[in-house]
Amino acid sequence: MSSLLERHKYDVIVIGAGGSGLRAAIEAREQGQRTAILCKSLFGKAHTVMAEGGIAASMGNVNSKDCWQVHFCDTLRGGKFLGNPRMVELHAKESPDRVWELETYGALFDRTPDGKISQRNFGGHEYPRLAHVGDRTGLELIRTFQQKVVSLQQEDFAEFGDAEARIKVFAELTVTELVKDGDAIAGAFGYYRETGAFVLFEAPAVILATGGIGKSFKVTSNSWEYTGDGHALALRAGANLINMEFVQFHPTGMIWPPSVKGILVTESVRGDGGILTNSEGKRFMFDYVPDVFVDQYAKTEAEGDRWYDDQENNKRPPELLPRDEVARAINSEVKAGRGTPHGGVYLDVSTRLSPEVIKKKLPAMHAQFLELADVDITTQPMEVGPTAHYIMGGVEVDGDTESSAVPGLFACGEVSGGLHGSNRLGGNSLSELIVFGRRAGLGAAAYIKALGDKRPTVSDSDLEAAGKAALAPFHADAVPGPDGSAAQAPENPYTVHTELQQVMSDLVGIIRREGEIREALEKLKSLRVRAQRAAVEGHRQFNPGWHLALDLRNMLDVSECVAKAALERHESRGGHTRDDFPTMDPNWRRLNLVCHLVPGTDEIELTQKPVPTVRPDLLALFDRGELEKYMTAPELTVLDNPQTSTGEKA
Amino acid sequence: MSYESKFKVWRGTPDGGDLNDYTVEVNEGEVLLDVIHRLQATQVPDLAVRWNCKAGKCGSCSAEVNGKPSLLCMTRMNTFNPEETVTVTPLRTFPVIRDLVTDVSFNYEKARQIPAFSPPKGVAAGDYRMQQLDVERSQEFRKCIECFLCQDVCHVVRDHDDNKKAFAGPRFLIRAAELSMHPLDSNPDRAVFARDEQGIGLCNITKCCTEVCPEHIKITDNAIIPMKERVVDKKYDPLVWLGSKIGIRHD
Repeated sequence: MSSLLERHKYDVIVIGAGGSGLRAAIEAREQGQRTAILCKSLFGKAHTVMAEGGIAASMGNVNSKDCWQVHFCDTLRGGKFLGNPRMVELHAKESPDRVWELETYGALFDRTPDGKISQRNFGGHEYPRLAHVGDRTGLELIRTFQQKVVSLQQEDFAEFGDAEARIKVFAELTVTELVKDGDAIAGAFGYYRETGAFVLFEAPAVILATGGIGKSFKVTSNSWEYTGDGHALALRAGANLINMEFVQFHPTGMIWPPSVKGILVTESVRGDGGILTNSEGKRFMFDYVPDVFVDQYAKTEAEGDRWYDDQENNKRPPELLPRDEVARAINSEVKAGRGTPHGGVYLDVSTRLSPEVIKKKLPAMHAQFLELADVDITTQPMEVGPTAHYIMGGVEVDGDTESSAVPGLFACGEVSGGLHGSNRLGGNSLSELIVFGRRAGLGAAAYIKALGDKRPTVSDSDLEAAGKAALAPFHADAVPGPDGSAAQAPENPYTVHTELQQVMSDLVGIIRREGEIREALEKLKSLRVRAQRAAVEGHRQFNPGWHLALDLRNMLDVSECVAKAALERHESRGGHTRDDFPTMDPNWRRLNLVCHLVPGTDEIELTQKPVPTVRPDLLALFDRGELEKYMTAPELTVLDNPQTSTGEKA
Repeated sequence: MSYESKFKVWRGTPDGGDLNDYTVEVNEGEVLLDVIHRLQATQVPDLAVRWNCKAGKCGSCSAEVNGKPSLLCMTRMNTFNPEETVTVTPLRTFPVIRDLVTDVSFNYEKARQIPAFSPPKGVAAGDYRMQQLDVERSQEFRKCIECFLCQDVCHVVRDHDDNKKAFAGPRFLIRAAELSMHPLDSNPDRAVFARDEQGIGLCNITKCCTEVCPEHIKITDNAIIPMKERVVDKKYDPLVWLGSKIGIRHD
């Protein structure tokens, strides 16, 4: 087989062409590395285009009080103090420069009256902080990077006569396996969708930028690509996944009509003045402000309303609480029988904003509801409910270089874990992409320079195995039964996928219980056996049944990680709510749960690892009273005599 | 409220294919892409179709529905009579790969030919200042989701494969207009490029592109016509002509 295989040699392989992948590739190329971008879809279609609200960066253009320290505090607080403090710090410090850099690539953000980049309010951010382009900021980011890649290719054409000399995009190409040489990464193996032909990329550095896992859930805002590929590839290559129990359910997905269930209603709708009401017409969020936030949010509707015009002297309305709080509140209202006819709550912008302002500020939302749901949001409320949106967990990486435990393997964006802790603030995702995408590109370049001539090689036997695994769905009849018995009837991959989504949504969804998670793990086990029999009809050319059969393995891997970690964490925090452990426990705040494979097997093991400590100078940015709500007393003694503390590197 | 509906879906390869008849369940509130997915999941697992976001934001699921270039995810089933047979075919302007999937690489080649944004000299990152009113003109064109429906419908290339070499198509004429109208782009030759390399003269403003644009970008009125005017200015303005003869050069 290896003789028929298409082979390429690069310095850096970036898997994924969303915001973080493209930023990583641009950086690697600018560091002089020959770089290939592998994208599962066409170039420019990545899920990043769905991001609406904006990019969080403390530029202080709208409120000059904003600064990286406030952004740091908001992010760590939003993640309930579970975030990796080094990542939170780098993210807060570097995101303004990364946003300004986008303008030099040609991005066109909305402006303030004095011509600077405009910034909008968003849940959990103390000041207006999100750089935005209407409600299509993600599309602007992707197009900007896409065009930057083109501009680098034009430079290379001028210099070498070959536009793809140093950066090339391989579109509609799916990676099924990472290949290693000993412990270190040696490349990636995959197939072209168009032909089904296999292709091997030999490279000492691979950057995972594959996004999330939403397609494991029934109701999700995520697109078809979000099958946890990078999470699963990293796991199988020997890397650690952390915080996998934390799945963000965005509070406001469309719930009607059924075919659009899950599609996102941007948080800007609330940031710009949208209110949430139940079937009794009550603004219920005032009943759901948790103790840790009680000092930061308005207590009356009147004060919340005043905040939109005068943010200095009023507190923000509780509709702008972090996403996990709002999602749980909506869930509770619906369960208590105060939901809308289609099982959600109402989100209304028409009472506060004029039709002209709505069309100007929220054009994509206006069109989305008008065209898909026949609802005019300038006069009618929207029906909304929670939708699986984002996984905080992912590959455990070093905050400075995005390197994983596997030499040569890097991860950035949603596939990496750590920045968001237990809950991500809106707007922090796009900023994460540009800050850590660049750092991953730098990290990979530094790794390659340090390698010198000692390039890893790919063995023929690994190639054979990867090819055989990828073709297995064409021979599904031959898979023996679980106990070694005769082959069983093949399975329809679409059916197995639907059942997997049902299991995850019903048993490991927004509200979790021990018995249900155990049931989910049992069902996942049997689905895994059935997935091995997922059979494919037809040829290898552009065959979606085959693609799904291969993606299923990844979805099952990440689903098992989510379920195992959810079972272990005996508390409720951020994107993990346990009905049987309904409160936050400061002792659990100190622990990350880590998933990895038992060496030499495909068994997923869970271990505990301490959360990195917050440097005393950063801890001192918070009020002690606030920290006491999250941390144990011994952890806070460091504040009493900061000189004697042993912080991590500055 | 569901019913069985009749569909004709083109299946085939570059070597040829046929319209195939299918009967598929349709439920209240569904779009055509839902029906295609049900067809895949229950009857034709290897039916090739591109899609990503299913929310009209990525521009992947472009096809022709009863002959009209459309996004499958934005085509509501209640716009058809339940008795009606709905015909779904691949984009006609681009070569078929399989079934409803076409080879759209033409567009990526054209994208690569347009000179990139040229940053203003001597303005540091962070110091860019632009007025909202001024960025809005280009922002309209940056709404483009690259579904390539405008490229598909444009008769300059739809029925004349030979023109593809000389004509960039509406999607890339709006890219040219976007850069030309960018308040800080420092490349003065956008209109010349549109004339000499993008073949803007071949467009005879029938506005078919504007009609199919799912983002409702006024491609013809706001991009192509102003660019045609700029081309004319460049070409016939005697001052520009004089200037070009007495040493102001941009190369």
